This record gives sequence, C-alpha cells and structure tokens, in this order.
Amino acid sequence: MSPSSSHSWIVGVLAIQGDFEAHLKMLRALGEVRDASLRGRAVVGRAVRKVQDLDGLSALILPGGESTTISKGLAREELVKPIHEFAAAGHPILGTCAGAILLCRSAENHPVPTLGLVDAVALRNAYGTQVDSFAQLVDPGCAPGFEGMRCVFIRAPKLATLGAGVEVLARVGGEPVFVRDGKILATTFHPELTDDLRVHAALVAAIRE
Amino acid sequence: MTKTKNATQTAVEKAKGSDGARTSAQAFEIKVGLAEMLKGGVIMDVTTPEQAKIAEQAGASAVMALERVPSDIRRDGGVARMCSIEVIAGIQDSVSIPVMAKVRIGHFLEARVLESLGVDFIDESEVLTPADEAYHVDKNDFKTPFVCGATDLGEALRRIGEGAAMIRTKGEAGSGNIVEAVRHLRSVVGEIRALTTLRPEELASRAKELRAPIDLVRFVAAHGRLPVPNFAAGGIATPPDAALCMALGAEAVFVGSGIFKSEDPETRARAVVHATTHWQDPGEVLKACRGLGRAMEGIEMKTLAEHERLANRGW
Repeated sequence: MSPSSSHSWIVGVLAIQGDFEAHLKMLRALGEVRDASLRGRAVVGRAVRKVQDLDGLSALILPGGESTTISKGLAREELVKPIHEFAAAGHPILGTCAGAILLCRSAENHPVPTLGLVDAVALRNAYGTQVDSFAQLVDPGCAPGFEGMRCVFIRAPKLATLGAGVEVLARVGGEPVFVRDGKILATTFHPELTDDLRVHAALVAAIRE
Repeated sequence: MTKTKNATQTAVEKAKGSDGARTSAQAFEIKVGLAEMLKGGVIMDVTTPEQAKIAEQAGASAVMALERVPSDIRRDGGVARMCSIEVIAGIQDSVSIPVMAKVRIGHFLEARVLESLGVDFIDESEVLTPADEAYHVDKNDFKTPFVCGATDLGEALRRIGEGAAMIRTKGEAGSGNIVEAVRHLRSVVGEIRALTTLRPEELASRAKELRAPIDLVRFVAAHGRLPVPNFAAGGIATPPDAALCMALGAEAVFVGSGIFKSEDPETRARAVVHATTHWQDPGEVLKACRGLGRAMEGIEMKTLAEHERLANRGW
C-alpha cells in the first residue's frame, strides 16, 4: 500500500464496559504526534458496541475493565464469532488487562469464556486485590523500543504457560506483561492510563505488516 | 512520547499541599485507575453471596456489599453502620469482580478495617449514619481507593482534595426516585461547564465560593472535567433511569435498592447493564425495557422531610 495514501486507518475500541474512552484518547494523541508508524495516514478511533461497528476497521482494541462484564457483553452482542473472523482476516488486535484475559486461550481463578487468540493462560487477579495494585518500569532486556516503559497494574492478571509461538516483548519482575502472538498483542498493564503511546503505535504498525 | 506524570496527578498533589502529601501521586494514579476500569458499567448493591453472583452473571462491573439495601435502612431507622465482616468476606469469596463496602462518614477506623480486609473500594457514604459531624475521612492516607457522594461541584472537589478517587452523585438513596440524582448531576456538570468559561483571575474567587481547593478548580477549568471519574447514584430504578444519567454526563451508575427490591432482579439487572452500555441508542434501551416486571416502589420527594433526606448528610 502506498505510504502517501490519504485515507485513514480506523481502529475500533470495544466499548461494552471499561476504560474505552482512555484508549480512544490515546488514538487521538497518536494521530496528533504524527508518529512515524502512521506513514502520513490519519488514525481514527471508533467505539465498537455492535457487530456492524467492526465494518471497515483496520485494528481492534479490547480495553481494560472487568473481564467478566465484558465477556458477558461479547456473548450478548454476538461479537465472539465476528472478532474471530476479524483476527483470521489478518487484522491486529490489542488487549489490555481485562482485554488480555479475553484474548488468552483460557482464564483461571474464576474462569471466563475467552477468545483463544493468544496461546497463553491468564491467571486472574494474580497479584491480589486493589490494595496490591502498583506501577513499575519494565525490566531491562525488553524488546527494542519499549525500554523504560512505565506499567500501571490494576488488579492485574499474570500470563502463564505461553505457547511456543508467543513472543515476550516485556517483563516486569520477571513476569511476562507484554506479549505477541502473530498479530495479536496483549498487555497485563494499562498503557492507556499513561501518556506513553508506544504500545498503541505497535498496534498500528502491525496493520501494515 | 514518554511522560510519567499527568496533569491530574499534579493538580491533586498540589491540592494536598506539601506537608499533606503523605500519599504519592503514583498511589493516587493507581486508585483512580480502578475507578477508570469501572466506567461504562453498573455497580450493584448486594446483601448476600447469592445476590452477588446474580449481579456478576447479569454483567455488573462491581458489587457493593451491604447488610441492608438503602430502602430497608430507610424503613428500619436506627443507626446504620459498616456491614458485618462475614457478609463482606462471603461476597468477596463468591465473585471475581471488585467488591466495595460502605463506611460511615468520618469513621476512619471502619475504613481501616475494610482496608485490612482488602475490599477494592470504600464508599464513605451518607446512606449510613454519620460518625463525625465535622470531618470526613482523610482518604489520602489509605491504600484503598474511596468513592464519595456529592450534590454539587464544591462538595465533589472537597472530597477529591481529601483523596477520593471517584465521585458519585448522592441522589436520594432508597427512594427509587431519579429526580435528586438528576439535580446533582446537572449541578456538577453545569458548574464544571461554567468554570471553563472563566478567566484565570476569576478562578480564585470562584474557588472561595465553591469552598474548594484552588488547584482542583484550576484543573477543572482547564480540562472541563473532574480529575476523577464521575458516576451517578441514588434513585436509579429502571433502564431508562440509567441511560438518562449517562446522557447527563455520568460515566457509570450505581444501582442500590432498584435491582433487588424489584419483582425480577435478574432480568432487571441485565436490562440496566444493557441500557448503560447502549445509552446512546434508544432502540437498545427499548429492548432493555421489555419483560421487566414491576420496579421497586418509589417515594415522592415532597413526602420526605428534610431530616429524612440522606443527601443532607455530609458537607
């Protein structure tokens, strides 16, 4: 595709419940900084509540929130199959925290139905309750470009038994917190609660891979 | 592209003052982080693990553990205190969504007990009988985030200055009447809008009138929003009630007596969740209104004497 193309990439944010507005804000910010990954294109965010909202999207974000609540909403809105088809068509997806849980092949400690797009098991609330929530920098030795990233963990899950095809892009305290399985990205932390646009830029970069 | 501290944190940090900054801006960010995760959702009052499971299955984003829902507290009279630990712990064990619980206004020891128990959010609530008629809890000093009720912008900013990580309208709990929540939402949102039109030198006088910290007033004027999420509570009984609150600027809703005092709690719980997600789509709110059974009984505000109004508690 031509780098000078004037049309925009539309990135959907699942807006059933959670901090979807924070992700939409990140997408607006990404458009404003004219990040190199955009190659001159505009990025436009769109709230996704129904199947037809997926039409024309280049990428999708599953936000933070309550994974049980969002999982119920995915079933109620009959979005599970369309999201599988979206991924199968080669479109990238990013899930943060609750979104990451929903992307995994299964979830333990109060199981929820998951999409199975990342070959890992999500251990829910693995750090404890809200009093155990924290923020910390990524460990040294992360994938290039993510050095010094500050990660906010809110009742966060851990990712276990990663499949052979899953690449760990960043760890915190030795735990994988940012992984990639093909074009599916998952973080157990909340990049959308900071001003650091690098995770969202990585999602947009994956559109043209 | 990397910045570590945003304007919200800075404003709140400043508002706390240099000697009062016992809690770092980072800790405040973590507290507000959980409030962010609850946006777009419905937080339901529950009194048993069974009710908590019904709420979770219906799509609640959190539950509020209580011994009695507000309409029963209103009916029974007497002193309403923090819920028994057994009830809260039983509910914590039964669900994976966040569990909140209420403390009496100013009762920082009840709050310490709930913090030790590991509840996810503490509601310093006018629904319980106030423990202190002069001071609210110093919420900056806790690891657990707090939500507080407010009837107007000044009250909201005073609570945020004390460390609240979420604001909700007081409404009139247990009334099944949305009119007070609407009044409080319109008041907070309208006063925010008005602040954004002021010149910088006018903000100090306005802060004095609002009896609110100047740095928080400046933040609101610059950003056109509160520095923490703004939810609605008090009197929500139907799916359109929830949608109305969202349309008036609430970012999520609390439903107290409205669910489990209705004829069919499970159906109504699902319906309120659906209407909160799709508040912009009347066709979807209509779907949520079908087959609901009877709503809870409501109370006309004129029949409530001033001393019976829970929203008058706190300042």
